[in-house]
Amino acid sequence: MASKFTQSNRTGWLMAGPAILLIAGFVILPFFLAIGLSFTNQRLVSPNPTEFIGLSNYRQLLDVATLTLEPVRDAAGELVLKDGAPDYPSIRSLTRNNPDRPDLAGMREWFSFSTGGAARTVVLARDVVFMTAIVNTFVFVLVVAPVQAGLALGLALLINQRLRGINIFRALYFMPVVVSIVVVSLLWRLIYDGQSGLLNNLLGTLSFGTLPAVDWLGNPSTALGAIIAMSIWQAVGFHMVIWLAGLQTISPTLYEAAAIEGASKWQVFRYITWPGLRNTAILILIVITMQAFGLFAQIDVMTNGGPLDSTQTIVFQAIERGYGKQDISGGSAISVILFVIVLTISLIQRWLTRERS
Amino acid sequence: MISADTQGLRLATRYAVLVLIALIFVFPLVFMVMSSLKPDQQLLQDSGSLRAFLPVGDISLDNYAAAFQRAPVWTFVFNSVLITGVTVVLSLVVCSAAGFAFVFVRWKGRETLLAILLATLILPFETIAIPLLLMAANLPWLGLDGISWGWMNSYRIQIVPFIADGLTVFLFVQYFKDLPGELIEAARVEGASWAQIYRKVVMPLSGPILATAAILKFLVMYNQYLWPLMVTQEEGYRPVMVGLQYFFQLNVAWGEVMAYLSLITVPVLAFYLYLQKSFIASIASTGVKG
Repeated sequence: MASKFTQSNRTGWLMAGPAILLIAGFVILPFFLAIGLSFTNQRLVSPNPTEFIGLSNYRQLLDVATLTLEPVRDAAGELVLKDGAPDYPSIRSLTRNNPDRPDLAGMREWFSFSTGGAARTVVLARDVVFMTAIVNTFVFVLVVAPVQAGLALGLALLINQRLRGINIFRALYFMPVVVSIVVVSLLWRLIYDGQSGLLNNLLGTLSFGTLPAVDWLGNPSTALGAIIAMSIWQAVGFHMVIWLAGLQTISPTLYEAAAIEGASKWQVFRYITWPGLRNTAILILIVITMQAFGLFAQIDVMTNGGPLDSTQTIVFQAIERGYGKQDISGGSAISVILFVIVLTISLIQRWLTRERS
Repeated sequence: MISADTQGLRLATRYAVLVLIALIFVFPLVFMVMSSLKPDQQLLQDSGSLRAFLPVGDISLDNYAAAFQRAPVWTFVFNSVLITGVTVVLSLVVCSAAGFAFVFVRWKGRETLLAILLATLILPFETIAIPLLLMAANLPWLGLDGISWGWMNSYRIQIVPFIADGLTVFLFVQYFKDLPGELIEAARVEGASWAQIYRKVVMPLSGPILATAAILKFLVMYNQYLWPLMVTQEEGYRPVMVGLQYFFQLNVAWGEVMAYLSLITVPVLAFYLYLQKSFIASIASTGVKG
């Protein structure tokens, strides 16, 4: 039949070739390079030849160990009190030049907790900052994904009403999306300012001056939260639009039928809107998660990872190492770790949201 | 029966909610533009009241003049426009051709290659940025004066890696699948060449998808930050977002910062508001078929 007319190996390769070559060279090749380089000691510029060093980069980043410390006791077995509290052997004595524990050499305390009685369990990590970065990134993703998806759905339902001028509101809600995250981050630096920031002034006015001014980005307990709030503000319009597109694929006849049956607003949402949005929901969750793991520009512009590493993230660490310290192999190892995390999570999400038949 | 009054009240409440939310999304941008018109001292004083959002007090364009004094603003703007423009155009050509080949032409390897291209969608740029940096420092380039090594500090390192990407090819593939394939077959039977079909049959039908792909690429390219930060140490090649650093050396004058931010943001916002239907449609189209 006509199929012989649409068959052409030469045309196919000629037309798809440029895109294939570019993607192979600038996406796929760097990805495999990242894996390969992470097992070496490659630097951006180095007089020494590159060597294969196995898992050393990963160990440097991910090594953790736990240690149970018994309090110091005197000869009679009584606790030696120091300033009224039990005294513990110092961790330094174990991690520095201790011939009995060569495995702990160079590690630092990450956190500790008491495990019943007087004993204390200490978790050590070789790279405490990287561990903090992983935890912060997960906190960011776990807050941003549901909150942003939920708010975006709320906005989409609001915008989906039939009202005069609704398109103007849709355009305004979407506006921050087209503004660069770098510009947005700088603006919010002023809004969050500890002294004359807009946010403090607003809260002060609303509370008649009873709320104290907070240095939102300078305080370790509020900095990450402030960045989360701003990131949601910037990106929520994007996902509102995707929800809206999903809403508009639901057949109006379903709503008409529900109205005839006298369904309540909640019933309509629960039994018509929500099931119709299933695929949109899965897509939005995956997209937000992937975007959230890439958190970098906000940190670079607003806090540089501080205060006290409270806003360190995985990508910020990758760039600081790979670019800042020109340690290509260390940065690559972090990139691979990030990829494994993203892949695992999107596989889990796909499995959880799979079609049950 | 619901009286006309209650109905009016309901409508008013609805609009009040919509306006309140709109204020949340717009206030930082209004603050930016208004602040760019004020001297530093007034800017900081005003941020304690609603005056922050009003063009009141000592209004002038002095900050803009000062911004041009402080940094080579036109160089940054020129670089951004050049890099964004060239990448968008090349991307449309390369990715639409690929989409065409994947949908209309039957050739060996097409299904496998399409699957591989789509798989790259799960690779966030951040995971390849570091090895790409090593490549950038070592790639060869054939220039007028023979072969040179390294692409750092150039336009090409900011353009070439972003011409083709899985998402853009995917969007073209999705769009082309909805075009009537019989039309293309008929044209082939009549003896039209592939180039003719691409230019005279498919491209004229592709207005919406070209707009979508162009807008998405434009947003990504104009707002690039991480990559140009790493590969441009010379100001001659820096785009607008990296140029911002100039305003944070030595004493920070917030008025000048705001002027520069307005200068690089307001044209994009105007462009967006003018074409907002297309902007929103292009974002929506990434969702519906995904």
